[in-house]
Amino acid sequence: MIELDALTKRYGDQVVVDRLSLRVERGELVVLLGTSGCGKTTTLKMINRLVEPSDGRVLLDGADVGSLPQHELRRRIGYVFQKVGLFPHMTVFENISITPTLLDWSADRIRRRVDELLELVELDAAEMRDRRPDELSGGQQQRIGVARALAAEPTVMLLDEPFGALDPLTRDRLQQSFSRIRSQLGVTAVFVTHDLTEALLLGDRIVVMRDGHLVQEGTPHELMVNPVDEFVEQMIGTPKRQAQLVDDLLGRGTPA
Amino acid sequence: MSEQLALLPAYLTGHVQLTLVALLLGTAISVPLGIVATRVRWLEQVVLGVAGIIQTIPSLALLAIMVPLLAALQVQSIGYLPAIIGLTLYSTLPILRNTVIGIAGVDPAYTEAARGVGMTERQQLWRVELPLAMPVIVAGLRTSSVWVVGMATLSTPVGATSLGNYIFAGLQTRNYTAVMVGCVAAALLAQLLDGLVRALEQGVRLHRRAPVAAALSVLAALYLFAGVTLVRPLLAGDAARQVVVGSKGFTEQYILSEIVSGQVTAETGLGTTLIQSLGSTVAFDALRSGDLDVYVDYSGTIWATILRREATTENRSEVLGGVERELAADYGVHVVGALGFENTYALAMRSADVRALGLRRISDLIPHAARLVFGGDYEFFGRPEWVSLQERYGLAFAERRTMDPSLMYQAVAQGDVDVISAFSTDGRIAALDLTLLEDDRGAVPPYDAVLLVSDRLMREQPEVVTALQVLVGTIDADRMRAMNLSVDADGLTPRAVAEEFLAGR
Ligand SMILES: Nc1ncnc2c1ncn2[C@@H]1O[C@H](COP(=O)(O)OP(=O)(O)O)[C@@H](O)[C@H]1O
Ligand SMILES: [Mg+2]
Repeated sequence: MIELDALTKRYGDQVVVDRLSLRVERGELVVLLGTSGCGKTTTLKMINRLVEPSDGRVLLDGADVGSLPQHELRRRIGYVFQKVGLFPHMTVFENISITPTLLDWSADRIRRRVDELLELVELDAAEMRDRRPDELSGGQQQRIGVARALAAEPTVMLLDEPFGALDPLTRDRLQQSFSRIRSQLGVTAVFVTHDLTEALLLGDRIVVMRDGHLVQEGTPHELMVNPVDEFVEQMIGTPKRQAQLVDDLLGRGTPA
Repeated sequence: MSEQLALLPAYLTGHVQLTLVALLLGTAISVPLGIVATRVRWLEQVVLGVAGIIQTIPSLALLAIMVPLLAALQVQSIGYLPAIIGLTLYSTLPILRNTVIGIAGVDPAYTEAARGVGMTERQQLWRVELPLAMPVIVAGLRTSSVWVVGMATLSTPVGATSLGNYIFAGLQTRNYTAVMVGCVAAALLAQLLDGLVRALEQGVRLHRRAPVAAALSVLAALYLFAGVTLVRPLLAGDAARQVVVGSKGFTEQYILSEIVSGQVTAETGLGTTLIQSLGSTVAFDALRSGDLDVYVDYSGTIWATILRREATTENRSEVLGGVERELAADYGVHVVGALGFENTYALAMRSADVRALGLRRISDLIPHAARLVFGGDYEFFGRPEWVSLQERYGLAFAERRTMDPSLMYQAVAQGDVDVISAFSTDGRIAALDLTLLEDDRGAVPPYDAVLLVSDRLMREQPEVVTALQVLVGTIDADRMRAMNLSVDADGLTPRAVAEEFLAGR
């Protein structure tokens, strides 16, 4: 369980995240949704202390995240980065096994875990193990990124637009495998995206952010039915309009 | 050629020792320092600043300055120590700078990812920053290794054997085969080291076992060789104390050091070590500290550069007596005696001109000076001798030209210039039919060649001093000129000339 309590980040005069409070229940996936620059990444990084909050607290299973040494905290939380984040000088095997290695797992256990994870993210272990990141497609890199975050069996996962840079087809496939993995593992997760479809598809609950504020919070259904203001309504409106447009095109374009 | 190649094992071994040890020390200092500099902001500027300043010191000066510094600390002041320290200092900048740049240049996305997966600062450094910065650091190491191989040739004047022995002696004795052998060997060594480091880095980066193993084994073999050859003389101890004979870097000095060495061996049966091409004041400092046992210097040089006296009217015996007294009293250096000739700055002209103008002494030159062109070596016009020549004779030449000392003699013989500042024992004076003018107003101080020995030799091996006394007064200026000419013009080695001299007595 993750609790954000009036979490605030200021850079100089600029308030990037403003008194954000939020509760993520055990096993729940909460999506942080908002336009670019609204403070999603900053919020996520304050949870594992890659960014130190200016004010407020983060509690993990009731304990302040500040009470643990930073590196120990981070070894317990899987993090998938917005940009690459795979280490270019390490093989796929080495990238995935980093956190278990830092935790002094036995070589045998690590080897079994890596194979298991590669299977989980639907990659061929024998083929992938010794490749370097620059020998992988974007989709494969993101799968490895997810596998690396899951390597040390974390109970909490933070994902920062993990599928943002992928083509729609690959993104769709990855969203589905991730959805399956999550239900299989039951991790607690915070998932950042600016893509409403992705949010609706994956989120148990969605938190809409704007300019560092929490605008609305609710299940996908609540959000769709009951947008709190014009901003949210517009945001939800876009994919609705697009779906409508596609329907129209298909209807009209179908040969008789 | 084969004569030169016979020297290669000794010179190359010395060069490899210097280069490898300096690079190892340089890397061991620079990489950690560079790492610390990226962590402590203010240190970065300081460290790069100091390394940059060291780099701007001319390399020869950096090496030469080590000699008096080490002598002041009462440690070995010539040979490997000053050379290693100088080379190590010189090797630091490229490695240091590239370590700082390499680490600072690591994409922050990777350092953040390193923290994100739970690395500590130290793990982040070892597992992410250093591996990613490695190509840049290695590029610095490669620059350093090429620099150090080149600069190691300059260790010769501070008494460390290197490929520079070929180059210094070769240039001075006009033995261009020797110069070429030295340069080619140094270039090949630089290429080899560069190739090894590159193979090592690429192998590591691309996870290729074979090139890494090959490069590592060659490097290990080189280091083993350097280590063993360095340590063996130390282990052997000084059971048979060799007499260390020095020489500065010009023909006459090479010959005299060979004569001294031959004489010592013949009379006492003791072995000798020759350290040649030493820098001018390096030899004296080394004698004083006992790193050198004997070499030949010149009374006027000691008078001006060590005792810091001005050129005076004092005659030969007064200067000699003063030098002998003061060196013994204040420097713990002993004068065995004068060899019997002077090597001084003297004005030389074509013999035909001297006869035609009816000249004998410099003062005879005064009325003719306005129609004559004067040629001097690089330093002559800045030396006290020139000032005092002006003061005493008021010579107003039509023109003054600065030229390389090795070209001066040819220039006056061909009539390009009319008067030159010759070294009085240069063989070419006789060979090119030049005549020296007498310094009748005593403007140039006497430059008697004197045998100097260390205090240690005087106390511990007086039999060597006795053997050297035999040489006192046995070489006059004509003899010295003839011997110099044999090397410079006839291509004999200094050793062959020295053997002939010793055999003839
Ligand atoms: N280290 C920083 N220093 C100053 N401003 C920052 C820093 N990091 C982020 N910001 C600013 O904070 C705001 C929110 O950034 P971010 O959390 O990355 O937004 P998002 O992930 O929602 O696109 C942006 O305006 C960004 O420019
Ligand atoms: Mg972001």
